[in-house]
Amino acid sequence: MSSRDATAYVLLEDGTRFDGLACGADEAAVGEIVFTTSMAGYQEAVTDPSYAGQLITFTYPQIGNYGVSEEAMESDRIHARAAIMRAGVDRGDAAGRGSIEGGWLAWLRDCGVPAITDLDTRALVRHIRDAGAMRGGVFPVRLAEARARELIEAEPAMGGRDLAREVTRTARLTLGPTARHGNDGPRIAMIDTGVKRSIVGNLRSRGATVELHPCTAGAAELLAGDPDAIFLANGPGDPAALDYVVDTIRQLVGRLPVYGICLGHQLLCRAVGLDTYKLPFGHHGSNHPVKDLSTGITEITSQNHGFAVLGPGGARTIDVDEPVRWETDFGAAELTHINLYDRTVEGLTLREVPGATVQYHPEASPGPHDSLYLFDRFVDAVRSAGADRIGGSPRGRSSGNGEDN
Amino acid sequence: MPKRTDIHKILLIGSGPIVIGQAAEFDYSGTQACRVLMEEGYEVVLVNSNPATIMTDPEVATTTYIEPLLPATVAQVIEREQPDALLPTLGGQTALNVAKALHEDGTLHRHGVELIGADYEAIDRAEDRDRFRETMARAGLRTPRSIIATSLLDVDRGAREIGLPMIIRPAFTLGGTGGGVVHREADLEPMVARGLEASPIGQVLLEESVLGWGEFELEVMRDRTDNVVIVCSIENLDPMGVHTGDSVCVAPQQTLTDKQYQALRDQAIKVIRAVGVETGGSNVQFAVNPRSDEIVVIEMNPRVSRSSALASKATGFPIAKIAARLAVGYTLQEIPNDITRATPASFEPAIDYCVVKWPRFAFEKFPGAEPGLTTHMKSVGEAMAIGRTFKQAFAKALRSRELDSLPVSPDDDDALLDLIARPGAERFDHLLEALRRGHSVATVHQRTSIHPWFLHELAELVESAGADSIASSPGGERRGEFAGGLTFKSVDTCAAEFAATTPYYYSSWERAPAVSEVVRGDRPSVVILGSGPNRIGQGIEFDYCCVHAAQTVREQGRDAVMVNCNPETVSTDYDTSDRLYFEPLTLEHVLAVCEQEAAGAPLEGVIVQFGGQTPLRLAAGLSAAGIPILGTGIDAIDLAEDRGRFGALLDRLGYQAPPYATAGSAEEALGKAPGVGFPLLVRPSYVLGGRAMEIVYSLDGLRDYLQRTGHIAASRRSPPGELAMPAEGRHIFLDRFLEASIEVDVDALCDADGGVWIAGIMQHVEEAGIHSGDSACVLPPHSLGEEMLEQIRVQTTGIAKALGVVGLLNVQFAIHSTAGLHVIEANPRASRTVPFVSKAIGLPLAKLACRIMLGERVGELDLPGPDGTRAQGAGHVCVKEVVLPFDRFAGADSLLGPEMRSTGEVMGIARDFPTAFAKAQAAAGLRLPTSGTVFLTVADGDKTAAGGIATTLHDLGFEIIATRGTAQALSRMGIPARAINKLGEGSPHVVDCIERGEVDLVINTPVGTGARADGYEIRAAAIARRIPCITTLAGGVAAARAIAVAARGARPEVISLQELYTDRAEVS
Ligand SMILES: Nc1ncnc2c1ncn2[C@@H]1O[C@H](COP(=O)(O)OP(=O)(O)O)[C@@H](O)[C@H]1O
Ligand SMILES: Nc1ncnc2c1ncn2[C@@H]1O[C@H](COP(=O)(O)OP(=O)(O)O)[C@@H](O)[C@H]1O
Ligand SMILES: [Mg+2]
Ligand SMILES: [Mg+2]
Repeated sequence: MSSRDATAYVLLEDGTRFDGLACGADEAAVGEIVFTTSMAGYQEAVTDPSYAGQLITFTYPQIGNYGVSEEAMESDRIHARAAIMRAGVDRGDAAGRGSIEGGWLAWLRDCGVPAITDLDTRALVRHIRDAGAMRGGVFPVRLAEARARELIEAEPAMGGRDLAREVTRTARLTLGPTARHGNDGPRIAMIDTGVKRSIVGNLRSRGATVELHPCTAGAAELLAGDPDAIFLANGPGDPAALDYVVDTIRQLVGRLPVYGICLGHQLLCRAVGLDTYKLPFGHHGSNHPVKDLSTGITEITSQNHGFAVLGPGGARTIDVDEPVRWETDFGAAELTHINLYDRTVEGLTLREVPGATVQYHPEASPGPHDSLYLFDRFVDAVRSAGADRIGGSPRGRSSGNGEDN
Repeated sequence: MPKRTDIHKILLIGSGPIVIGQAAEFDYSGTQACRVLMEEGYEVVLVNSNPATIMTDPEVATTTYIEPLLPATVAQVIEREQPDALLPTLGGQTALNVAKALHEDGTLHRHGVELIGADYEAIDRAEDRDRFRETMARAGLRTPRSIIATSLLDVDRGAREIGLPMIIRPAFTLGGTGGGVVHREADLEPMVARGLEASPIGQVLLEESVLGWGEFELEVMRDRTDNVVIVCSIENLDPMGVHTGDSVCVAPQQTLTDKQYQALRDQAIKVIRAVGVETGGSNVQFAVNPRSDEIVVIEMNPRVSRSSALASKATGFPIAKIAARLAVGYTLQEIPNDITRATPASFEPAIDYCVVKWPRFAFEKFPGAEPGLTTHMKSVGEAMAIGRTFKQAFAKALRSRELDSLPVSPDDDDALLDLIARPGAERFDHLLEALRRGHSVATVHQRTSIHPWFLHELAELVESAGADSIASSPGGERRGEFAGGLTFKSVDTCAAEFAATTPYYYSSWERAPAVSEVVRGDRPSVVILGSGPNRIGQGIEFDYCCVHAAQTVREQGRDAVMVNCNPETVSTDYDTSDRLYFEPLTLEHVLAVCEQEAAGAPLEGVIVQFGGQTPLRLAAGLSAAGIPILGTGIDAIDLAEDRGRFGALLDRLGYQAPPYATAGSAEEALGKAPGVGFPLLVRPSYVLGGRAMEIVYSLDGLRDYLQRTGHIAASRRSPPGELAMPAEGRHIFLDRFLEASIEVDVDALCDADGGVWIAGIMQHVEEAGIHSGDSACVLPPHSLGEEMLEQIRVQTTGIAKALGVVGLLNVQFAIHSTAGLHVIEANPRASRTVPFVSKAIGLPLAKLACRIMLGERVGELDLPGPDGTRAQGAGHVCVKEVVLPFDRFAGADSLLGPEMRSTGEVMGIARDFPTAFAKAQAAAGLRLPTSGTVFLTVADGDKTAAGGIATTLHDLGFEIIATRGTAQALSRMGIPARAINKLGEGSPHVVDCIERGEVDLVINTPVGTGARADGYEIRAAAIARRIPCITTLAGGVAAARAIAVAARGARPEVISLQELYTDRAEVS
């Protein structure tokens, strides 16, 4: 093993630099640098459209251990702009378990995604934690720092960015259920701001038919297929930059049950008149405890968001474990889920019109399955016609397979 | 849900002596639990027989009983203390089994004691292999196909339905005791028999083999509102078939995809719910098919375990502490995470490094023992290493083992590849060698079934280390990493997402600017070096001393800085010191810590006296690097350790020592031996804990020894089990062996002005020649006159002053029946007996020594009386007894000798010697019979003395059987004894009798090699049936006296330490 001299570096907009080895496509990448603390699921992460515009720093050092496979794809391509790692490896030939189809680094290269390894990711993460998420990039060493700085400057900041338009689909797509639950499963119209496959999969496996619409679709288009409910997907960027989607949602609230995850949660909240703000360095990982206020149970959740919804009275955090209320344009909203790490809003339900949302990712992928029950709650609520309220019925805990624990 | 107010007094049961499968981790967890419960305002009553534990320090619990962990004794404590609840989940399998027995015999119910943590049903569902299997099936989880056997009648059905290879798994045992893998038809019945014998409920599982599948463990916590978190996942590098305790492990798991890992997580949660462990931590083990996603549940332990200690140290999540809080009613979200302070305990740690655990074995101590690794545990300790990458962690762990000599691989490639195909203590060393020689990952995988990911990493590691051995030089950690530097990162449970306040560090090689995360104030720091992985000869006693040192350093206004790599211990609890560096105890790692500690504020010095031999070995190197050594200086250390210099010192003082000689070669040894005189005690110079020491009676015996230890090349390779020693610089020490001598151990405190205080004089029960670490001892001495005691005090004081000891000194003496007092050796450091003496006299010796090292004088310590033995008063007698691991090493001789082989110790406290001795025996698991048959066979020289023992036993109604010679001798003394055949004399012989269960006590003193070989089968049979087997006359005398007391029907009263110390205060 010869020289381990740096062949690539990460530069942040504040001038901080970290060296490492280039291990993906031999190019530069710029965007917002974030970090995820998930210890597995690297492929799910980079293919999650919510990471569009972002470079992912993996806090877990060993990345690539089990290669890549089709079943771990959360969309049809890589959305993250780069992978920043401490010990990324290419083990496509490691005849391991399951269905390895190739090596991780080779795949990144094939997909044209830059990556850097052997970098002191912990030092980088501590910097971001203290200074906040910021723009930056991964650059080959042949690219001078001055040039790198120009590239970073040219990159728009995350606040105010509409990235959903970049990742959404161009045409409507309808997908039928993958499993039958009773006779007619509900029909769900989803605004695809960058939805993860596992969200769609969880709905379909519970008997739902899912219509995926471009995020630019208007209310009429969404209602055209006579759906039983509207589903607001996850996605990248600043919810405040998506007023056109918010307007559409405003027209739908009260007409049909509306349910949202992540960006969808933020959009529904904006649609009923609540406000969002940017978190210092976001939540990205698989270990945040979230308390379901209806059952008192804590779920270990998968998280991936840079923005959050303000609590009643504009507070960023809520100090009590109680279903506090907001006044919205559509009547009261009630807190249903709270993050026990930083006490931010993780979910709410609308009291006077059918609608509920969560900030985190019940579909996991990657992460724990503790919250799959929300899909049961949702599909059941939609199915029982005339349901005037969703999300509030405590069902106890049950896994997504409908098996009891 | 707030804590429970309906209970006030909680009984906690410890795990007793250190044995294979149950080690220091339960002191760590038990101590945490006691502290938490005390903090919460509960009264805590603790029972544990092991004095070398922090948990039995009198301030850790309200009331502390150092008593045998037997249901009857614990019932006595319950009667006396009337606790409201019993917390059985923190004292290993021992506590669980005692609690179960107390439930079943109605004691708990009678006294209204509630089991908290895990109730009876949950314990039974998890530990009863049959019920566990059913419980899993009902929860929809798969287990390997199996049948339950409760007698040998089930064997045939097992053979038919399960087939070979078959796994034997006894219920309710620990560390896989009595279990194994059956490959051959012929082994089936004996192995099932052994398993039935080992299981306290006579139940074994005969199970389909999943050998070669991946083995995974998840540490699960649950609270009473049904919140569940997974603290950590652990992947075994050694696939199924090697006990997890013997496997090299990595945390977190490395080879599973997120989907596969989540499937395990889902199942682990189902398991804890199905078994119904209400609160606390459990460990769930899985096997995963490497060729599919197939998962089977192997077992769950409904309590904290070795793995949970590992998980705690690996993640910074204090499982035991939290388990204790959960047991008294808190929920996970009500408990703050100590490390971040900002977040609750209801989360799953995210870590940003790798942890590798490496077992430490002791096969060299048990020549003849079957060397392979299998499903019952054989390791005696473990080291853990943290690195930013798997490679760094692995290389560090490899070096943390502190092996005396590195394994040598055969030159022949086929032989090498054969070696790695069989799991063994040295498998990874050979495997690395195979990779170094260019054997492919595929080849090695095919031989070992080890997941290719690990093998690829190891191949790269080997490649980057080049010619350097990864195991012995830092090359492997650093090379293949980069220019940059060694820096310190912290363990924070959250991968840096939140600022951490707990200073728990590990080193890592990082690219420049490698900025250290260590934060410190301006108090001077004192670095305490720990004792590394537990091994025979260096165990928990030293960790106990290190913890006391840390406590004292803090009390004295300095920052206590701990360096250690043993995950089982209290010393590596981040609460113990101001800063913890989880690092191998090698010179370069310790120097790096010192350099870090000297930055910004002063480093006052390093303490090397408390961690056994490990830190002593580093002292010279540290001193050469300009690091101050606190306490006894390095010259004094050398003076005590160098045979020649120490001999001259004794001569100058006019103290007697056994005649001795040093030889540089075998020829020289044979030449000098007659001058020293037989019998001879021989040992090589690098000896540790009595390694490779032997008594020889003739020149032929010496020649044989020299051959066996490789000093005389008999064949090119030394036989298995023996040491491969470097040829150069070897010395052989020859000492005249003092026969029939009483051995005495002394611990003393000494200061820089020559002030000396004798803390304890211990008289051994076994005579000299049984390693001090293996013999029982009594404090105060039960048969030494005041004149002899005074001579011992004078000589100890003289040696302390002459050496210039500052801190602790341990001196060992032998008192020969005619030639009087001899000095055997002096150790200028804390000895193994420090905790025992401290508990006996009620004064914390290590703490006092630490104050001396920080500058105080003996006179300033406010010590009672002229010495500790007298301070103890006439009120009570303390006996230390050891536990031996022979039941783990089938094939090894169980004879005691100058080579230490015990793993742990217990203490018996009573008002008189026989009772204390009986308690110690009971605590060590050897219940002395009060009636029945005793088998006696003694060497000729012992026959007269044996008469006394036989008389006592005969008068108590024992039947005496003996080998012909002994029987005749006894008859001549008028004691009826039935003669019985020796082995060679045909059936029915003595071993038949023992095996048929017709013998209740064996007293067998062998002399010379012939008798040893003969007695071997007798002792082996006794151990297999757990019949007390006493191999010394002195032990026999003590046993007879203890039996006499017990036979009178006296139930020894239980005494708490706190009462004892109050009594003492009143006496003095
Ligand atoms: N069916 C099996 N096939 C192969 N190996 C097994 C099987 N069951 C257990 N083992 C091995 O035996 C070891 C000890 O078994 P276990 O039941 O965990 O004992 P203990 O309760 O003492 O920990 C396990 O760590 C595993 O490696
Ligand atoms: N000259 C001797 N005569 C009799 N027994 C001895 C003699 N020297 C050592 N021993 C026995 O051997 C044991 C181990 O010897 P020691 O020098 O203490 O080794 P270690 O350094 O391993 O503790 C002692 O505890 C004692 O029982
Ligand atoms: Mg086990
Ligand atoms: Mg077990």
